[in-house]
Amino acid sequence: MRTLIYIVFYVLSYTCQAQTNDIQAFDTFQEWKKAREFHKDTVYIVNFWATWCQPCVKELPYFETFHHNFIHKPYKVILLSLDFKKQLNSHLIPFLKKNNIRSEVAVLTDTKYNDWMPLVHEEWSGAIPATWMIANGKDFFAERDFDSYGELEQFLSENIHSIFK
Amino acid sequence: MSYIFAIILTLLSFSSPQKVDNGYQPGDVATDFSLLSTDGQKVSMADFPEAKGFIIVFTCNHCPFAIKYEDRLIDIAKRYRALGYETIAINPNDPDVQPADSYELMKIRAQEKGFIFPYVFDEGQKIFPQYGATKTPHVYLLDKNRVVKYIGAIDDNVESADDVKERYLENAIAALENGQEPNPSITKAIGCSIKVKK
Repeated sequence: MRTLIYIVFYVLSYTCQAQTNDIQAFDTFQEWKKAREFHKDTVYIVNFWATWCQPCVKELPYFETFHHNFIHKPYKVILLSLDFKKQLNSHLIPFLKKNNIRSEVAVLTDTKYNDWMPLVHEEWSGAIPATWMIANGKDFFAERDFDSYGELEQFLSENIHSIFK
Repeated sequence: MSYIFAIILTLLSFSSPQKVDNGYQPGDVATDFSLLSTDGQKVSMADFPEAKGFIIVFTCNHCPFAIKYEDRLIDIAKRYRALGYETIAINPNDPDVQPADSYELMKIRAQEKGFIFPYVFDEGQKIFPQYGATKTPHVYLLDKNRVVKYIGAIDDNVESADDVKERYLENAIAALENGQEPNPSITKAIGCSIKVKK
């Protein structure tokens, strides 16, 4: 019996570890969009970033704070990484661990940028960071970065209220 | 019904303060410039009166995305110079915001990589906003009259030059060589946003 408990414990801890190490990777934008169910009563805040993008890394803690501060609200922060496929194990996963990232993270390795970027927004030139808000069939896109948590919270709150409510 | 839709669209466009600056579109005439190159000389397109066209690339020292394209850019510059197209690389970043993109470090980078084209510094950041460049790398192909013919990415695979399927820039030059308009004339790719003081 005791052995069995140990085995169960071992399996459980292994599974949990596997979950923190693995993040969902998508080869195409369409696959990500299909897999990610968008509920109509939730505001999704999708931040396009990469570990190699300095201003992205700088503003990531602000998104983390927003996620933490509004955890009781129907807001969902998704950090959608555009890291290079060959650098997921060497760069992205260690970065997420080191910084103890708690928001939802997925990685999109679709390099057919010219095909999928216009599906996010026609005016997206391709610069990151960029932030995309989706709620109830509407969306709002901003190709910009944020200098402080206050700036991000104000931006998100204003848009949530003016566009989605 | 379509009237209501138009109103909604108008409201939406008013409520987006982060609208991307317009810059050039294919067909516009691009401005010339006189910018300091890493060899200490000022460089203008007017310095190349014989050129059939220009490959203007906004790029920089620090951006990993731009770095992945350096070797390809050197190769393209070499091959198309033979056809009469001159490549000029412009660093649009403010080194106060991104110290790795200083003029001094540009000189080191140009030497390390053996750039065969001028690598110039957009001091004061007067040029890139006129072009509407937003990121590095960001390519503008101009004909000999500085008419913009193609804007966007070099090709469709940043990670591996061997796996490129669409050579957007080279296809655009081929179209010019055949007296046609490039199609596509605009492509998108990710890149590092241009660093500006706030």
